[in-house]
Amino acid sequence: MSLLVVENATRRFGSLVAVDAVSMSVAPGELRAIIGPNGAGKTTFFNLISGFFPPTSGRILFSGTDVTRLSPERRVGMGMARTFQITEIFPELTARENLRIAVEVASGLRRSPWLRGHANAQIRERIEVLLDMGGLTPKADRLVGELPHGDQRTAEIMMALALKPRLLLLDEPTAGMGDQETHDITQLIRKLHKDQQLTIVLIEHDMRVVFHLADRITVLAEGAVLGEGTPNEIARDERVQAAYLGKAA
Amino acid sequence: MKRVPAVAWTGLIWLVLLTMPYWMRAVGGYTELASRVLVLGLAAMSLNFLLGFTGVLSFGHAAYFGLGAYGAAMTIKYIAPSTPLGILVGVATGTLAAMVIGALIARLRGVYFAMVTIAFGQVFYFIAFRWNSVTGGDDGVTGWKRQALDLGLAKIDLLGNDKAFYYFILACFAIAVTLMWLLLRSPFGRTLLAIRENERRARFLGVPVERHIWLSFVISCCFVSLAGTLYALLNNFTDPRALRWDQSGNFVIMAVLGGMRSFWGPLIGAAIFVVLQDYVSSHTENWMSFIGLFFVLVVLFFPRGVLGILRRKGMA
Repeated sequence: MSLLVVENATRRFGSLVAVDAVSMSVAPGELRAIIGPNGAGKTTFFNLISGFFPPTSGRILFSGTDVTRLSPERRVGMGMARTFQITEIFPELTARENLRIAVEVASGLRRSPWLRGHANAQIRERIEVLLDMGGLTPKADRLVGELPHGDQRTAEIMMALALKPRLLLLDEPTAGMGDQETHDITQLIRKLHKDQQLTIVLIEHDMRVVFHLADRITVLAEGAVLGEGTPNEIARDERVQAAYLGKAA
Repeated sequence: MKRVPAVAWTGLIWLVLLTMPYWMRAVGGYTELASRVLVLGLAAMSLNFLLGFTGVLSFGHAAYFGLGAYGAAMTIKYIAPSTPLGILVGVATGTLAAMVIGALIARLRGVYFAMVTIAFGQVFYFIAFRWNSVTGGDDGVTGWKRQALDLGLAKIDLLGNDKAFYYFILACFAIAVTLMWLLLRSPFGRTLLAIRENERRARFLGVPVERHIWLSFVISCCFVSLAGTLYALLNNFTDPRALRWDQSGNFVIMAVLGGMRSFWGPLIGAAIFVVLQDYVSSHTENWMSFIGLFFVLVVLFFPRGVLGILRRKGMA
């Protein structure tokens, strides 16, 4: 069974149809890349999946449940986590505090007015694991807003992972990054996908990253699906080449 | 300069509060002035639970302060001459009102939230002002006095002994402030910081933002109404000015003046406000313009408040 199913999702803003009857189905353990020219509706499509706003029409099913009208926080509770194109973190807190909030909320402690020693020890351990995985341990006690851009994006991904998601949505994870940072984050995503069989949907502009990581690719153009297939199929698809790859190459 | 650890600061503040009635006279003050600092400091710190640690600005906290004051005053005058009962009823009234109003406004943000809190505050002000037969209208609730505290074994005279009353207020203050401090250091408190820092990220971590803002609002109003009951007891009197919008403004000024990002900042702000008011108002009627000038200078040059200045110099 598919983990995520989008059926004919449409989103209108006034007379503009930002997402036009898009359907997509993502299998468990799959890494799906969504590509397309600027203004193709990729981020709007992400916002529909994650519940930032509801679709004008169409349905979204997550692990068999209709989540079309559910709030973002309910979807997070069901195992859906996301990052944003412009990094969304808690800039005036340290990297460790950022992760602590995520881990505590994920542990169901968000309304807890106290913390037992035992639970606290578990939370600390989990924070250290996440810091280590993202290579943030040496910078853990610095304000996250003062870290380099790449570290901020890594911190955001780590916060999403702290939620132990079943589906991870990454909106342009390498945006604004240098070569080394892009390489590091690509390796991290690959590791999450291969080692933990995490289901990932990502929007990405960097074609090296896309073809390196993706199991399947969905191409959006002007709000609609232009093509879908394996990286090889997409690379050969003439319509995709004409609309998108051709221009890039 | 070496940084003074936070523990030392907290210790110093408690030491000052514990000894205040014994040196107030020596520096030209009086015990009631110390009591006012505590009561208004508690109000400003309660407001700051919402303003500084959740990032939500309320301009109507005097409504709950005033409801606390009227609740205590009217309970003691009409129902039973008991100080603890007065406090209990006052706090319950303020908290209940905050629960209802909070539920209506938790979805609003920024200037809209602030405006609607003013509007609701003014509703309570006009009720107190107009409903003469019950609230005494403009004259307020008079003709009652705070009652001695009966602890079974001993009776503490809160009315005649102003030092005893100071320490009674300090005990209430200590309980309220400790509870707020513990809450802010809990996982729940950290979700409030998360909302202040980045509401979108908080929501996409799974925090139901509106519900947590509501909770923070209710907690904040609960403690501000406690301050209101103590204010009425301190004056043996309350009138509609306790819940007017300029009183709300004063709480915000105290919090910003002292430093809204620090836990103790609003207490410092309240101390400056109360002492300045007391001193300047004995020389001129226009004392507010001096506070206003001081406030403008602090906001322009030290946006993190008085405690922020000390912090930057490495003293805190």
